Amino acid sequence: MTYTKMPATNLSGSDSSAIEFVQLEAHEHPPGASTLLGFWIYLMSDCLLFAALFATFGVLGASYAGGPTPKEVFELPLVAVNTSMLLLSSITYGFAMLATHQQRIARTQFWLIITALFGAAFVGIELYEFAHLIQDGATPQRSAFLSAFFTLVATHGLHVTVGLIWMMTLMIQVGRGGLNLANVRRLTCLSMFWHFLDVIWICVFTFVYLLGTLR
Amino acid sequence: MVLNPSGDVANQQRDLLVSSTALMLVIIIPVIVMTIVFAWRYRHSNKQARYEPNWDHSIHLELLIWAVPLLIVIALGALTWVGTHMLDPYRPIDRIKAGLPISRKIKPLEVEVVALDWKWLFIYPQYGIATVNSIAAPLDRPIEFKITSASVMNSLFIPALAGQIYAMPGMETQLHAVANKAGDYQGFSGNFSGAGFSGMRFVFKAMLDADFDRWVARVKMRGGALQLETYQKLKLPSDKQPPLEFATVDPQLYPVILHRRTSIP
Amino acid sequence: MSALLGRLSLDVFPIHEPILVATFAGVALGGITLISVLTYFQLWGYLWREWFTTIDHKRIGIMYIVMAFVMLFRGFTDAMLMRAQQVVAFGGSEGFLPPHHYDQVFTAHGVIMIFFVAMPFVTGLMNFAVPLQIGARDVSFPFLNNFSFWMTVVGALLMNTSLFVGEFAGAGWLAYPPLSGIDYSPDVGIDYYIWALQIAGIGTLLSGVNLIVTIIKLRAPGMTMMKMPIFVWTALCTNVLIVAAFPILTVVLALLSLDRYAGTHFFTNDMGGNAMMYINLIWIWGHPEVYILILPLFGVFSEVTATFSGKKIFGYTSMVYATVVITILSYLVWLHHFFTMGSGASVNSFFGITTMIISIPTGAKIFNWLFTLYRGRIRFELPMMWTLAFMITFVIGGMTGVLLAVPPADFVLHNSLFLVAHFHNVIIGGVVFGTFAGISYWFPKAFGFKLDFFWGKMSFWFWVVGFYLAFMPLYVLGLMGVTRRLRQFDDPSLQIWFVIAAIGAACIAIGILSFGIQVFVSIRRRNELRDHSGDPWDGRTLEWSTASPPPTYNFAFTPVVHETDAWWDMKQRGFRRPATGFNAIHMPRNTPAGLLLAAVAGVFGFAVVWHIWWLAGLSFSIVIAGAIFHTFNYDRDFQIEAKVVGHTEDARTQELAQFPA
Repeated sequence: MTYTKMPATNLSGSDSSAIEFVQLEAHEHPPGASTLLGFWIYLMSDCLLFAALFATFGVLGASYAGGPTPKEVFELPLVAVNTSMLLLSSITYGFAMLATHQQRIARTQFWLIITALFGAAFVGIELYEFAHLIQDGATPQRSAFLSAFFTLVATHGLHVTVGLIWMMTLMIQVGRGGLNLANVRRLTCLSMFWHFLDVIWICVFTFVYLLGTLR
Repeated sequence: MVLNPSGDVANQQRDLLVSSTALMLVIIIPVIVMTIVFAWRYRHSNKQARYEPNWDHSIHLELLIWAVPLLIVIALGALTWVGTHMLDPYRPIDRIKAGLPISRKIKPLEVEVVALDWKWLFIYPQYGIATVNSIAAPLDRPIEFKITSASVMNSLFIPALAGQIYAMPGMETQLHAVANKAGDYQGFSGNFSGAGFSGMRFVFKAMLDADFDRWVARVKMRGGALQLETYQKLKLPSDKQPPLEFATVDPQLYPVILHRRTSIP
Repeated sequence: MSALLGRLSLDVFPIHEPILVATFAGVALGGITLISVLTYFQLWGYLWREWFTTIDHKRIGIMYIVMAFVMLFRGFTDAMLMRAQQVVAFGGSEGFLPPHHYDQVFTAHGVIMIFFVAMPFVTGLMNFAVPLQIGARDVSFPFLNNFSFWMTVVGALLMNTSLFVGEFAGAGWLAYPPLSGIDYSPDVGIDYYIWALQIAGIGTLLSGVNLIVTIIKLRAPGMTMMKMPIFVWTALCTNVLIVAAFPILTVVLALLSLDRYAGTHFFTNDMGGNAMMYINLIWIWGHPEVYILILPLFGVFSEVTATFSGKKIFGYTSMVYATVVITILSYLVWLHHFFTMGSGASVNSFFGITTMIISIPTGAKIFNWLFTLYRGRIRFELPMMWTLAFMITFVIGGMTGVLLAVPPADFVLHNSLFLVAHFHNVIIGGVVFGTFAGISYWFPKAFGFKLDFFWGKMSFWFWVVGFYLAFMPLYVLGLMGVTRRLRQFDDPSLQIWFVIAAIGAACIAIGILSFGIQVFVSIRRRNELRDHSGDPWDGRTLEWSTASPPPTYNFAFTPVVHETDAWWDMKQRGFRRPATGFNAIHMPRNTPAGLLLAAVAGVFGFAVVWHIWWLAGLSFSIVIAGAIFHTFNYDRDFQIEAKVVGHTEDARTQELAQFPA
């Protein structure tokens, strides 16, 4: 950079010729330089979205309206399996990112596929759980507790689904363009998104399932 | 009228309103005056006025401009804390009016209020009567309102008597008040509740003890019976409902409405 | 219900409502005229290429403001209808608006004025001025900026569709359940409300993210946080609030729509639902929203006061801290909107006192402006006039606001016309006056000529006098115990106050009209009003260092900042604009993708409102597929050649030489 940063106190009218007021060289921000920060801020807003849903569940979580209680409807073993699917997918995504930084396309793709399979398993198990609940009459319409439960968990599931669609899109894009700067940046964003969903799920597991069955 | 009420609670609320305003005017008026004076004095054409383009900081002034509002807010905050606790609508009142504490012998008048589409139902459990869109109370006797709604949210507000409180379905709110001056006062809903909202008005009649007893006797003589079936018809939406009177009321009706049951247990 | 058209049928067109038919005829006629004119002058291609598909933050900012004015016309018409209804509906008269219609009018007035007038005004000003003030060439995500704008437009369009297809919500601007639930509002009104706000909300959120990143990442070298112009600071805080508050609105509206569409029980009366939660959640968004609107205007007033007093802003540091403190505190006061819910004395006084605490930093700001005037050389140009009107008006609104924060006082004033007067006092006195200050301040920067002074004064005085005439009577009525949203009155002694208020509203109407004339006259007299220097007000911040209007790339050379008022500093120290040695500049390319995606999102909104499920599914899939398709385009930039930059800058060099300051 051509400009010199001078402390303001040293400046006086006489030596103004010495001060640079413009940068004569081209001033470029590489494309996408702000994307990670922007995506991070978006994630924080998403986090607040979940916070509002958790708060809602906190308020309505005991409003059974004569309907089933958490103890009656939650199957912890199934949820534990589900949780491990998502946690494993976070680890495998980590492997994918390691491969990405080593510019190894095939290895990246491999780990992405594994991650996607874990993610799909997670969504599948969740759908199975929902179907089961609805069959037993524990529908979202049954009570405020169930409305809040289905909405919170399904919102997370929807996020995972979006993540899966995104992952598949990226696999195609990496396949076509390789690990160029733009694709690495996108993989990094998805990585943040994916781990973020993991964190949210841990909160869901703790506050909804574990504390729910204890209540 | 908010500024000229006829009940002790509304009176105290008015006093608080006036004293808070006075407290704030201490700072608001100087600011307005200073704005006008500075703007005029330092106008561009007035070359006599001092011009200091680089004067942008004064530690004393800055302390002052943070401290003065702070002090006022401290005073106002104290006023608020005390006033809010004293005038909490849930707190039974402890005086009839200034200088006249409540004697133990007086039993408060209980009134159960139900907001309906778009009218008010008042039940007097101590007398076993009920009225719609009209309410009476004896002077200088504390009134205990228990308030709920059968449909949407409303707000029970009789400005001459006391401040308002929401009426919400499935929930009960409370209001304590007392009337000190005989007369007919406007009451209405302070929270928009749909098409018939404008017509949700009623008259609050504050009267002498003897007049109140006569009023109760008259309602008992002339009115019909309010049972669950009558209520089911009553709660259908109606606009600008004229006052109704009921000589008897099923004592279980109010709890049934409050807890949103469909039948009398 | 048909599978093809959902709830849509011929009955939903309000052909039996004469007011709406006449409005429709008017809008249709106006629309046809506009389209004919545009076609006749062959402007479509120009509009499409230069404006609709633009990713230039300046043009997007201008489009936001144009849109806000169009919506102001709609929202103000609603206001006039209400004022007229309340004047005539006395002594047993029903007035001319039946309840069903009146309720929609006041709901639409609130929704439009907040979401589609005040918000776009604020976003427009920030979009236009922030990148210029920090010496940047554009925002961080220019495409997203265009998309955000079109989402806001589509939200507004969807809302206005309800005028002629179906009906609008009639449950108040915040749609409190259970009234807004399916049991009490089974028609499409609330659904229009929900989807219009959800779509516009996405736009708002994304533009919030965009501006935060822009301010953090794209400041000119040397511009540390504590050297940013106050307007940039307030913009930063506002966008932080947007990002932190709008998700709550998204959630609460989503839950309401689940109640309405899926039969869940979040806010219903039975099965465990809890309407109080809606009211809490919506105000956890709603109160920060108030500061989202006012903070950037505080910034505008700071810039204007400093510029037209010819002085540095007094107490820069405390101004910044005051802004940040307001930002944080705005999250701790939401309950003051419903003291009357019966939360108990301690909770009520806590929220009452936190509310009062906000008045401390706000008061400090007022004093800072006051001491900026002190020992200044004040030029009474239009922006300064608006600022002075603001200072006097706003303190009155602030005082009544603190009064409402005293819970026992609120018990008698809650939901009354006193409250209505209070929030119009701060929103008109703060947001609207601030917007006019901002518009008249930056207009020459945006278009290269100043606004006509005479018509500006007309607009100013009619607005200010009209405001006092329209809202001081409402304070009086509130103290007489008159509640808001009433359609009819019994007490004839109230009527005179409503008549005065209606006269005030008529004055404001003349004020708005005068602004229109002002723009028209200014365009005709543009050569006399031309700003050749790029710095018509003897400004202090970087936007005045470039041409008016600025070139696409804003700055040929990136400025280097040493002092808070960077441009003032440059002028003081004899800065000379380099006339040679230009470099090529990398800029993003225009794209229609944002407009197209938003349009399909609008179709989705309409389909969901009317339960046309196949169309909803189809349009939703198209949005997703379109967004994915858009990511396959990696080539989004182009180069402005050094030669082209040189031509543009040479023209400016000549202009500056021809018209020396």
